[in-house]
Amino acid sequence: MASPLKVSVVAADHEVWSGEASMVVAKTVEGEIGILAGHEPLLAILASGEVRVTLAGGTSVRASAEDGFLSVENDTVTIVARQAELV
Amino acid sequence: MGAQLRVYRQKIKSAQTTKKITRAMELISASRIQKAQARVAASTPYARAITRAVSAVATYSNVDHVLTTEPEKIERAAIVIFSSDRGLAGAFNSNVLKESEQLAELLRGQGKDVVYFLIGRKANAYFTFRRRAFERVWTGGTDAPEFETAKEIADAVLESFLRDASDGGVDEIHVVYNRFVNMLTQVPEVVRLLPLEVVEGVEEPGEHEILPLYEFEPDVETVLDSLLPVYIESRIFNAMLQSAASKHAATQKAMKSASDNADKLIRDYTRLANNARQSEITQQISEIVGGADALASSR
Repeated sequence: MASPLKVSVVAADHEVWSGEASMVVAKTVEGEIGILAGHEPLLAILASGEVRVTLAGGTSVRASAEDGFLSVENDTVTIVARQAELV
Repeated sequence: MGAQLRVYRQKIKSAQTTKKITRAMELISASRIQKAQARVAASTPYARAITRAVSAVATYSNVDHVLTTEPEKIERAAIVIFSSDRGLAGAFNSNVLKESEQLAELLRGQGKDVVYFLIGRKANAYFTFRRRAFERVWTGGTDAPEFETAKEIADAVLESFLRDASDGGVDEIHVVYNRFVNMLTQVPEVVRLLPLEVVEGVEEPGEHEILPLYEFEPDVETVLDSLLPVYIESRIFNAMLQSAASKHAATQKAMKSASDNADKLIRDYTRLANNARQSEITQQISEIVGGADALASSR
């Protein structure tokens, strides 16, 4: 199995969640995107909506994000949003 | 009680009262620093993430964007000054103001006009007292900055950046604020926000590494368009938080030395008062002895 993704979800004034995961699904302005380890570097504008982070064990963490970006680089996924919180 | 003694007692009392106030202020800012520092720390991941993203776009793409390219001729520059609402913080405010004066001089030397955006009552007072013009001012709330205020400031600054120079717009934006290094040190810092000068947070690619080729969604320009205002916001918010933390630290330091000085004053005046009391007693004794002598010899 490929090395897991390092994911962090940050809001303007605090870090919402961070940890390792096997998959991230987010909604960008162009549609839903799923990211697995080994994804090419990407910088996308998020549409307001839900971000699903699937952990290695299969459980998932959901967070809502508004006004944000998604950046993928070197198996590090950062979801940056002005407002974000776990659901 | 002799007049001299009374004067000393009054001075002691007044120093004691002052000490109570300064001690209280010291304790208050000591308790607020923790919170302010925690907020700086909490906002750091966001600022770092945004900075990295901006660096990525600026480094790995070569689009011409109004926010990243340097205009040929810079006519006007804006300086955003982060001061505090309250004084009693040692050199906190004078440091920032001094730094901005130097910057303004430098910019004027390069033939640029300078306009000011002020944050905090102290900067406002400084400018009003000297009858100098400024673009806008935000007061209140420098102790516990709100993200909303940062957004408002960023909007105003960006708006004037995007306006044409002929309409009074600016071509360059600088910020001046106190950076919180630790409890003892706060350094005034000047940063040029726009046009972009992103250097921090980018890891220098090693010699054998291949530069990551970024994909942008929907496209580079749209990403830049929406990323840069957010970047400016986060930088301004960060500056506000740093400035707030520095202010509390500076107040604590200033108030601590004020309390120490009050202690010293109280001690000195107590010595003087004791001296005065003693000499009063001595005088009274010698008066009594002198009187008794006179009575005895007149008999």
